[in-house]
Amino acid sequence: MSMTARQRSLTIKAIQLIVLVVAVAALVLATNWGKVGKTFFNFGEVAPMFPDVILVGMRNTVLYTLGAFAFGLVLGLILALMRRSEFGPYRWIATAFIEFFRGVPALLVMLVVGFGVPMAFEVKWPLWVNVILALGLVSSAYIAETLRAGLQAVPKGQLEAARSLGMPQWRAMITIVIPQAFKIVLPPLTNEIILLTKDSSLVYVLGVMATQYEMTKFANDGINQYNAGITPLVVGGLLYLVLTLPLTALSRWFERTTQATSRAPKRATEAAKKEEVAA
Amino acid sequence: MSTSTPVQSAAGVRIAGLRKAYGENEVLKGIDLDVAPGEVVCLIGPSGSGKSTLLRCINLLETPNAGVIEVGGFTATDPEVNIDALRRRVGMVFQQFNLFPHLTVLRNCTVSQVKVLKRPKAEAEAIALRHLEAVGLGHLAHRFPGELSGGQQQRVAIARALSMDPELMLFDEPTSALDPETVGDVLAIMRKLAQDGMTMVVVTHEMGFAREVADRVVFMDGGVVVEQGAAAEVIGNPSQPRTQDFLRRVLDPTHVGLEAE
Ligand SMILES: Nc1ncnc2c1ncn2[C@@H]1O[C@H](COP(=O)(O)OP(=O)(O)O)[C@@H](O)[C@H]1O
Ligand SMILES: [Mg+2]
Repeated sequence: MSMTARQRSLTIKAIQLIVLVVAVAALVLATNWGKVGKTFFNFGEVAPMFPDVILVGMRNTVLYTLGAFAFGLVLGLILALMRRSEFGPYRWIATAFIEFFRGVPALLVMLVVGFGVPMAFEVKWPLWVNVILALGLVSSAYIAETLRAGLQAVPKGQLEAARSLGMPQWRAMITIVIPQAFKIVLPPLTNEIILLTKDSSLVYVLGVMATQYEMTKFANDGINQYNAGITPLVVGGLLYLVLTLPLTALSRWFERTTQATSRAPKRATEAAKKEEVAA
Repeated sequence: MSTSTPVQSAAGVRIAGLRKAYGENEVLKGIDLDVAPGEVVCLIGPSGSGKSTLLRCINLLETPNAGVIEVGGFTATDPEVNIDALRRRVGMVFQQFNLFPHLTVLRNCTVSQVKVLKRPKAEAEAIALRHLEAVGLGHLAHRFPGELSGGQQQRVAIARALSMDPELMLFDEPTSALDPETVGDVLAIMRKLAQDGMTMVVVTHEMGFAREVADRVVFMDGGVVVEQGAAAEVIGNPSQPRTQDFLRRVLDPTHVGLEAE
């Protein structure tokens, strides 16, 4: 018995569909929907979470995230430039820093910065500073690697052309190299903000006051406050998606526009077209 | 393509005892070469003979290990030299064009005028447009480099360099990456520039161009200058066996020498 390629692909699709239908049917039949509804989707009961979960929780989540990102970006850029430095000690320090903060859990950094730094340096600044410091330190290590890759992706000839036109190194970096690297790193940087949005939930380990709650803390406390199972966690999760899904879309959009603006020379595109036709 | 102006001041170059090594690999083994103001010198030689390295030493994209390079009034090899001031007077055109892809053609030609020479934007744009028109590309001023053909990009690169009013132009195989049908346009512009009195050092495999335009042809091999002289002599009647061998290969690509390369 022999099948054409088309028949074979149809058969495979049919089998996949049957497997899916059976799995869904089994799940639906085996589930106690009343109980699931009360545990996960008891939205009526948790209405009192609003508006504070937005006005305080979401506001703090955004504040911690953006603050940490801004700090991480500045520190990350410094680290990335240090790693390219011709001065050995700068490279070593940056490498050690990056490897350290990429290798330890964010939770640990949060605890060390949140409790250790105020103790050791006898400073007493607001909690959000500690949060932004801790999350920013962690993200700066990732951002530095992202930026370094972006800087490396800019061809060496760009810097040489800029220097040949009389630009000093710093001017060539600022006007020619960094803007090109920036386009390359926009998508991964957007992903970094998404990661930070989620990592900001770690703040709870520092023992926060009501005005300092972010969304996860609201959600977690809600389990005991309302008789709605873990519906508060579901609410929290949905609110995170409200923040992160637009960022994901933004990242995709950046990816598309960068591809569109870095159009290859006509010659290359034509050659590519010919190859397509030939293939 | 005839609106360009004669070069205001052309600089000479003096190179003496120039040595450059990458680690153990000595690439330039004592080069002596003088270029008079307004002179056009073509550098020819096999791949790997050090032509690019020599050119890149002149504007200090590479740091020489020994020897003296003087460009105009600058001693490039003086450790105290102001590298950026020197480079402002020396235009460089690369094999791969190296236009800035994130800037329009016009901005490619104005960015350094504005940021380095501190020219007002309007003045810089007028100068850039004049040079773009001279290379026949004024109508593409607001396009991005990625939208241009290779030949057009290289012409923009020349206009960009000229917008800085250089006194010396360095060309590193400016037509090697081009489609054959666009090579002529670029060479025509370089020929015009030579007529206008620019000092030019050109690394090229275009023997026709060298014969016609060069005041002097310098043949390099293995990091030394093997032979130099008038184009007709060096290309038409070379005295050194290495030069003869190289030219046989270049002028007749189907020629198969006895020694395999
Ligand atoms: N940045 C570099 N590092 C190490 N070796 C190099 C570098 N640039 C050039 N070289 C070496 O120097 C020699 C001369 O190169 P180059 O000046 O580019 O020759 P040409 O332009 O005549 O082809 C080659 O052997 C090349 O491998
Ligand atoms: Mg070369």
